[in-house]
Amino acid sequence: MSADPANRMGWVPAPQQGWVAPHIASEFPGLGIAWVEVDAKPGRSPHPVRRRLRDLSDRTYGAQAIRLRERPIPWAYRVFYRQIGLDPDRTRTAIEQLTLERLEDGGFRTHGLPADALNIAIVETGVALRAFDAEAIEGRLCIRDSAPGESLAGAPAELAKGTLTIADETRPLGLLFGATGEGFAVERGTRRIAVAAVQVKGVPQIAVEEALWMAAATLEAA
Amino acid sequence: MDGRGDSGGSLITLSLMPALLRQEDFGGLEVAVDERRARRQLRQQIARLEAELAGLFGEAFGHTEVPHRVEAISAQPRVLDLGELEALRDELADRVAEARQALVERRRAEEEMQALVEQMLAAPQDFKWVRISREELGLPGCGHWHSRPRLGPIGMLMGWWRVKVSSGCPLPGRLAAVEHEAEARGEAGI
Repeated sequence: MSADPANRMGWVPAPQQGWVAPHIASEFPGLGIAWVEVDAKPGRSPHPVRRRLRDLSDRTYGAQAIRLRERPIPWAYRVFYRQIGLDPDRTRTAIEQLTLERLEDGGFRTHGLPADALNIAIVETGVALRAFDAEAIEGRLCIRDSAPGESLAGAPAELAKGTLTIADETRPLGLLFGATGEGFAVERGTRRIAVAAVQVKGVPQIAVEEALWMAAATLEAA
Repeated sequence: MDGRGDSGGSLITLSLMPALLRQEDFGGLEVAVDERRARRQLRQQIARLEAELAGLFGEAFGHTEVPHRVEAISAQPRVLDLGELEALRDELADRVAEARQALVERRRAEEEMQALVEQMLAAPQDFKWVRISREELGLPGCGHWHSRPRLGPIGMLMGWWRVKVSSGCPLPGRLAAVEHEAEARGEAGI
């Protein structure tokens, strides 16, 4: 997608809605994917982003972490993890993983961009976000199950039939809530970043839009 | 009522009943089991149980350990079949029951301790040297109730017992002083 000035939400591009394979959508009503693309390069986070992380650290306490799984959005992701066979206490949801790291490290540590931008948006909204190299994506993003013989780029083994993936119009980019295929992750040479939000039942559309807006705005401002 | 007098659907349903009892006639009756609907039902139950388990986990945290883990069914995300969803639902239901039981037992133990403290306060001489912490009562903080004699050995001989309530958590400064003292002793080889 090009950054058409007419298709923008404030000073960041408006999110695009991806699609979900119909047989998956009928199993999981409410499942969706949306993404925004921004011209941004990976690198060290500027001072305002690091300050924002520190402010977030000051607002995140152990008591909140314990009650996190009772909040609607983190709970919705935990439920969805269970429903797709994952154990959310082992393969942690994005928000729970970040909160755990905050408690272990004593603060949200900076990992540079785009990770910091995504982390700020995840902590603020609870929505699960992923970053891809936008120039490697062909067409619209979607959530679908893997076809027989498909594998993630760079992975030696084939994906088990029926594995849920985030894909573009030609191939899977990564596992849904898992590893990203080689060549699709944001790397040193990336010039354009796609931030994708996976929506599950119970996560309001407004939260998804806010998460994408927040991440994109942070990346564009950097 | 035998239903034969009903009009419409009920009459048809009852007239099909003998056929339903014969397994081989299922196909002819066009009875299809909607597995997708069953899977949806199970997913709803899983969502409800997960919410319940999350609540129990939060309630028990810091008081007692509650079993809350349910192992992953799959290494990679995929659509679970009916049997797997059913197994997951049952596992979650077991964890909820176990967690609830653990909380009930913990509450019972706390109530027993509360009663013991009240008895101790009423008759300290009957509970010589008994010490109960706030943690055992499910209360925050570091204090405890300790039945001990007044004036040391004299009180012991005279039977002058009382319950002493400790003043709570040690201050950080005091803890640091104890650490420094321990370090100094270590260096001096005491």
